[in-house]
Amino acid sequence: MRRVGLAVGLSFLWLPILLLVGYAFSADRIPFQWGGFSLRWFAALAANERMLEAAWLSLRIAAGAATLAVLLGGMAGWVLARHGPFRGRAVFGALAGAPLVLPEVVTGLSLLLLFVVLQGWAEAALGWQVGRGAATVLLAHATLGLAYVAVVVQARLAGMDPALEEAAADLGAGPFTVFRTVTLPLMAPALVAGWLLAFTLSLDDVVVASFVSGPAGTTLPMLVFSQLRIGLTPEINALATVILALAGLAVGAAALILGRNGRRGPGAG
Amino acid sequence: MRRALILLPPFLWLLLLVAAPVAILAGIALSEPAPGVPPFLPPVSLEAGWQGSFANLLTLAEDWYYAAAFLRSLVVAFLSAAICLLLAYPMALGIASAREGWRVPLLALVLLPFWTGFLPRLGAWIGLLRDGGWVNGVLMGLGLTEAPVPLLYSDAALYLGMVHAYLPFAVLPLTATLLRRDLSVEEAAADLGATPWVVFRTVTLPLSLPGAAAAFLLVFIPAAGEFVIPELLGPPEALLVGRALWGEFFQNRDWPLAAALAVALLALLILPIRLFQRLEDDGGSRRAASPPSRSSGQSLDMVP
Repeated sequence: MRRVGLAVGLSFLWLPILLLVGYAFSADRIPFQWGGFSLRWFAALAANERMLEAAWLSLRIAAGAATLAVLLGGMAGWVLARHGPFRGRAVFGALAGAPLVLPEVVTGLSLLLLFVVLQGWAEAALGWQVGRGAATVLLAHATLGLAYVAVVVQARLAGMDPALEEAAADLGAGPFTVFRTVTLPLMAPALVAGWLLAFTLSLDDVVVASFVSGPAGTTLPMLVFSQLRIGLTPEINALATVILALAGLAVGAAALILGRNGRRGPGAG
Repeated sequence: MRRALILLPPFLWLLLLVAAPVAILAGIALSEPAPGVPPFLPPVSLEAGWQGSFANLLTLAEDWYYAAAFLRSLVVAFLSAAICLLLAYPMALGIASAREGWRVPLLALVLLPFWTGFLPRLGAWIGLLRDGGWVNGVLMGLGLTEAPVPLLYSDAALYLGMVHAYLPFAVLPLTATLLRRDLSVEEAAADLGATPWVVFRTVTLPLSLPGAAAAFLLVFIPAAGEFVIPELLGPPEALLVGRALWGEFFQNRDWPLAAALAVALLALLILPIRLFQRLEDDGGSRRAASPPSRSSGQSLDMVP
């Protein structure tokens, strides 16, 4: 019974994806129609300058946003799990959790309004004209990622005994040494998972990016979305196949790293 | 002192990029549209003092067009979350009761589609649901219909897309809750003569309710403001809050009305959001408490 339910659910999730991958290798112009095996849509994708440019921009934004998110979200997660009480803790927790629960359109519009206000100030006060584009998308995605990283790191640290750090301190390690030799290794798997989560989140976002970006900042999802509004092309299937292959590789690598760390880590039993 | 150095960067970041934007959003919702860049008059200015108005929020309350959009969004979000929950429950149960070495790979199978890109998956549905697509081919092959049924740009396509996109979100919290449950209670019930169905109905199901509620809300909250899925798969005339907001902003350039829509959506979602956060806090603190000493009786209370 339980296995049937799981099988039904997994087939529902995977059937469209498997069909998409299969038909990405079809020569036919109409997507999801078999016209013999061909790699022509991958070749078309590789020759599509606009798509490549958008993909390169998206990858850079995602890498930058994920790195910022890991730095800030790692700090936020540590604060939530280990800092102890301080004034404003409730506000801090609510703000760190807000991006997880705010609808995308609300996040996108509110961040855009912030950027517009800041642009106005920069121009009035400094005569500095800043456009919106890749930088504003990066800031927005770093904020979203921060919230996800904070949750993952907090959960990881909450599951770890603070006595480990206390023991290190008792044995004479300074706060920085405790952090570097005990806390950071404990957090590492969560930081890796959080980076990957923030990275994919950024690569997948179309709504927030559409709001906060400018004319010079068309990300890959924005481009794909505008094409899908007109209709599906076989090129998009080829693109999805490439993304799926990369995501599979990333997940495999992450599983290897996390698995090794989990076996080595102090929490393993 | 050193702790403040770790606290301050994320705190300042969150104040600037989460708190300030929402405050500005509320301010713009009270402003008047005006030609220019940006296309509104600030509600408060140094020269004119207060020049805001409640006209935008009143428009939302009075114009049946927007009320209908909110109502429809709530229905779509509710049904999507309910369908996800029904599909996710047996999946989570299957994962939680699988042998230990199987759990992580199975969970990865659920999550991997979520990492393959949201838009390409919607693209797949566009390809599968169109008149000459796979789904119609199967329906016609089975003799269920003679001519292709217009599936794409229908409510059916909208729900298919919603459930396909959000199902992994529902499986995760349910699996976590089911994995944490105390199996000896079920064994005791079985030893005392309860049939598997009775064990499920009287023990497993009640114990998993917090996880089920979290799963439902994790779909309901984002689905209520969803824009992309209805835009790509749903009926063109179907008005939902996400689409209304997008239209006011990008097509009509009425930023104050778009902001008012966002504020109203937030006000509507504040209860589900608070409920979800309490469930999360509760689950988190129970996970943190090393011996499971607390009873499940206070499942909805904040544990200090």
